[in-house]
Amino acid sequence: MATVDVEITKIDPWLWRYDRVIASDSTMARRVLDEMLAQLEAQHWQQRDIFAVHLATEEALANAIQHGNGRDARKNVRFVCLLGSDRIRIEITDEGRGFNPLALPDPTCDHHLHSPRGRGVMLMRAFMSRVAFNARGNGVTMEKDRGQKENWK
Amino acid sequence: MHEYQRLEVTEVGDVTVVRFRNRRITEDIDIQELGSEMFSLVENDNREKLLLNFSTVEFLGSAALGKLITLDRKVKARGGVLKFSNIGSNIHEVFVITKLNLFFDIKEDEVDALAAF
Repeated sequence: MATVDVEITKIDPWLWRYDRVIASDSTMARRVLDEMLAQLEAQHWQQRDIFAVHLATEEALANAIQHGNGRDARKNVRFVCLLGSDRIRIEITDEGRGFNPLALPDPTCDHHLHSPRGRGVMLMRAFMSRVAFNARGNGVTMEKDRGQKENWK
Repeated sequence: MHEYQRLEVTEVGDVTVVRFRNRRITEDIDIQELGSEMFSLVENDNREKLLLNFSTVEFLGSAALGKLITLDRKVKARGGVLKFSNIGSNIHEVFVITKLNLFFDIKEDEVDALAAF
């Protein structure tokens, strides 16, 4: 059995790796997002999962470009995607000073309803299986398990 | 009346029915233009009863939600009424998670929504 275990660990869990550094520009963001979505379609992920990954990535890229890099064209965003047979991992890092995700207001509270802050991160957490920010707050790693129910249910 | 690039605007009785030309309401430019056109319906065309029919929309994110909240505020400030209909299951989840399903008046389909004005 031990030899079988060793064999398993040699197998690369990722079917597709994608690593790009893009300018802080929504057209560039659209391009990497579409590349990733095309891979999910090619791997026959269900539409519900594709929607979830699409939404979370869209929000994370928008945060990186708008809030992290302040739409400064001289600053870049790194987009890393690892796609496995039953899981996808997305890492997005900007060149901003970072933010404290715990300090975001609750967007569902009446008081903050008209504030644009917090709703994107809330959707990322709800639609992905795992979401973690780095210590500086300028990078997020998100994973989605294929066919899993959303976190909020 | 204004020409709308992002919206398809029709009238059913005294209700203005709005559909979206974009399947995905995401990119910055779409959002800004879309917001301007929706606000123009209220501020320039003085439409008081608005129904947004989402049947063509497959995707929207938090930026679009922000525009919808602002639209609602503008409509209410003028004593108007705003309703939504034909929201697909994925997008409906977005409204439920953010609890905006409780804030907006969402009807199953256009017939239900029109009857409720």
